[in-house]
Amino acid sequence: MPRLASLVENEDPRGLDALDALFSLTGHAHVVGVTGPPGAGKSTLVAALLGQIRASGRQVAVLAVDPSSPISGGAVLGDRIRMMDRHADDGVFVRSMSSRGRQGGLAWATAGLVHLLDAAGYPLILVETVGTGQDGTDIASLADTVVVVEAPGLGDGVQAIKSGLLEVGDIVAVNKADQPGAEEALGLLRTSLDLAHPIDGRLVPVLPTDSVAGSGIPELLAAIDDHDAWLTESDQRTLRRERAARAEVLAGLRAALGRRLEAGPGRSPELASLITRVARRELSPRRAVTALAFALDSPASGRPISD
Amino acid sequence: MESSEQLESDGSTTFAASEARSAPVRILIAKPGLDGHDRGAKVLVRALRDAGFEVVYTGLFQTPEMIASAALQEDVQVIGLSILSGAHMALFPRIMDELRERGLDEVLIVAGGTIPKADIPRIKALGVAEVFGPGTRLATIVEFIRDNAPRQSPLW
Repeated sequence: MPRLASLVENEDPRGLDALDALFSLTGHAHVVGVTGPPGAGKSTLVAALLGQIRASGRQVAVLAVDPSSPISGGAVLGDRIRMMDRHADDGVFVRSMSSRGRQGGLAWATAGLVHLLDAAGYPLILVETVGTGQDGTDIASLADTVVVVEAPGLGDGVQAIKSGLLEVGDIVAVNKADQPGAEEALGLLRTSLDLAHPIDGRLVPVLPTDSVAGSGIPELLAAIDDHDAWLTESDQRTLRRERAARAEVLAGLRAALGRRLEAGPGRSPELASLITRVARRELSPRRAVTALAFALDSPASGRPISD
Repeated sequence: MESSEQLESDGSTTFAASEARSAPVRILIAKPGLDGHDRGAKVLVRALRDAGFEVVYTGLFQTPEMIASAALQEDVQVIGLSILSGAHMALFPRIMDELRERGLDEVLIVAGGTIPKADIPRIKALGVAEVFGPGTRLATIVEFIRDNAPRQSPLW
């Protein structure tokens, strides 16, 4: 199965065909996205959760998504470090992924691996990722439950609210709850979530956690399981499925179009001279784009860019 | 609307892997045993990243079981074992056993750290492709890995 995961990630036709064949088996796992700003302690929190999940007798898979170096295409995938206990556990599967400098293809690849793990029978799949950008938003949309991890002292509370991460969160964990500022962060987040009227009738729980001391972890898992139950009872699961399907298909389209862009206008011999002219202010950026955009066959939006 | 057959057959051209981009080689860098010094390993990890590899770094205090399990799950082509504690002769045979048990026979294994030259023949006999002693240039290690990493073997 890990080999199949690589084939899917590398977009090998054998992997993609296998995925197509397996897709009808998916839809059973509870997919939990764990996201939040860097430094909030997501990896350590996921590690603590793993222990709790295993104690509840369930198998679990983790996809740890790390950004990659945009220059070399390489990456250091270090999330795994915090996740393994002192001995290998057969009930936990951890796979590290990087964005590989893909233009928007990360969410697409992540979705593929989630489906694979789902078809393999893991009841719980945790996807850990930094929550920013289109990829971050898409990956969050793939999940049934989104846990947003914040920590005190990562900029003021206003930052957390402005960042928009809170809008996609089903559960908010304030990690490093032992540190000063934790009480304020909890209060601030609860108030702001309270003021934003819940659209679907559910209040987002804000939970303190200390992943190092292990406190708040049973409560977090309980909240995750509760959300799963709520999705079924409230019929929200269908909406989530649609949201996930939408995010995945659009991400795939973006990746495919990005590739056509690289293969078409991106390789055009005129590109270099157009760019030079733009840099010299001899040509407006919009006109440079128009000059090349026809090569994409279809207009990006309904209206053509008029000259 | 297209029939589902048409949709199925058109999929391959949209998503065929482009020749220009090949999948990065995945490498596991592990520190087995009780060795608590990882600055050298981290320097190597960064150098490998800059050379375009995807590096899964396991961190300290790894048992042979954990290393083999990680190598399997992450489907790496290369494993680098970094050990400064002198316990290599105790640990390497067990690591190789765990790898063999999991069918990871085609992975390139390299080792580095404070390993006496006298031990190198025995270590290579275990299946380790190369041993890099202290002071080896990073470029040498990166080049060796690049030249010797296996291409991903077919699934069936």
